[in-house]
Amino acid sequence: MNKYLERLYNGIIRENPTLILMLGMCPTLAVSTRAINGIGMGLSSMAVLILSNLVISLLRKLIPDQVRLPAYIVVVASLVTVTELLMEAYFPALYEALGIYIPLIVVNCIILGRAEAYANKHAPGLSVMDGLGMGMGFTLALTLVSIIRELLGNGTFFGRQILPASFEPISIFVQPPGAFLVLAVIIAVMNAIGIKTRQRKLVESGCDGMCGRCTAACDKAKEASAE
Amino acid sequence: MKSLILIVIGSALINNVVLNQFLGICSFLGVSKQMKASVSLGGAVIFVITIASAVANLLYNHVLAPLGLDFMKTIVFILVIAALVQVVEMFLKKKSPAVYKALGIYLPLITTNCAVLGVALTNVQNSYGFLESVLAGFGTAAGFTIAIVLLASIRSRMREEDIPAPLRGAPIVMISAALMSIAFLGFSGLTF
Repeated sequence: MNKYLERLYNGIIRENPTLILMLGMCPTLAVSTRAINGIGMGLSSMAVLILSNLVISLLRKLIPDQVRLPAYIVVVASLVTVTELLMEAYFPALYEALGIYIPLIVVNCIILGRAEAYANKHAPGLSVMDGLGMGMGFTLALTLVSIIRELLGNGTFFGRQILPASFEPISIFVQPPGAFLVLAVIIAVMNAIGIKTRQRKLVESGCDGMCGRCTAACDKAKEASAE
Repeated sequence: MKSLILIVIGSALINNVVLNQFLGICSFLGVSKQMKASVSLGGAVIFVITIASAVANLLYNHVLAPLGLDFMKTIVFILVIAALVQVVEMFLKKKSPAVYKALGIYLPLITTNCAVLGVALTNVQNSYGFLESVLAGFGTAAGFTIAIVLLASIRSRMREEDIPAPLRGAPIVMISAALMSIAFLGFSGLTF
């Protein structure tokens, strides 16, 4: 397979950030009450991810290794601020609905994780494709969760009533507990049909070492236990 | 006075940071495996969030807002939090090694916890004053500690149970969290 297409496949299916790597849980659970919010969150994170991968890949030879994490945080935070201002100007309804979770894209593990794991080692072209693949994987997973929640909790699909009026919406699904339940069932189904996720590792080790700053903390933990 | 108490209770129970706002989920799911670690992490989070909300509030009201740099708040806050965690770590290591040892690796892990940035931004959104920000920070962190310690106790009971294979690992933990979240919904009926 072409190595650029391989990046897309990797991000969407093989290393799907939400369902396989279990990264970026906070936005997945929080904004998935409406399908349109899920897509909005997914796309804005994707835009930040592609641009941050591009910028970090271009700067990868200039950033000294010791200060790379603060440097990445500055890059990501600037891009998030730009996204936030653009959304406020052009999509005010979505901006209101997503609220505080837009600035919190900064601490989304996927973005820092890809900077650390991919963009700082690869050429700009590949890094952009990696960001696109990961961003699409995140968007698709988020949309899946939010379609299920909106359908069960509200009886609608992208705001359009599709379930018959005799169906009583189960409002718990659009409330916080529903987020945990839907994600638990999706992962249980994936386990049942044999799709391997990294969740066991995440839940069992506590120190999962998957995103940049976690890795740094884990290294410190190892040093501490070695002493 | 009444409104201050309301802020603490509201941010700890009614709008619980993990179960209601989904901030800090990674460490909530990851660390709750062990009871002792959960208590340490809870302590570290209370410590850092309370200080971070105080610093963020002063910085916003006395530097960013007067200069009209409102839009810079995300960048400034995240850098301040990262630096703050480092400073707190160095300070504790030097001045009180016992506390430092008890908190262990959980101190640096807190930078990744989106609850810290979340609280700082929510405080600005609610235009809280200094005292209110500190109390909201403390309440939120206390809510985090309550939730993670409760989940850790549930998981320690679950260890001996025969859980269906597909549910082992993350799914059963999330189902427990869902049930806790339903229980916490009860607090939203609290009125004063």
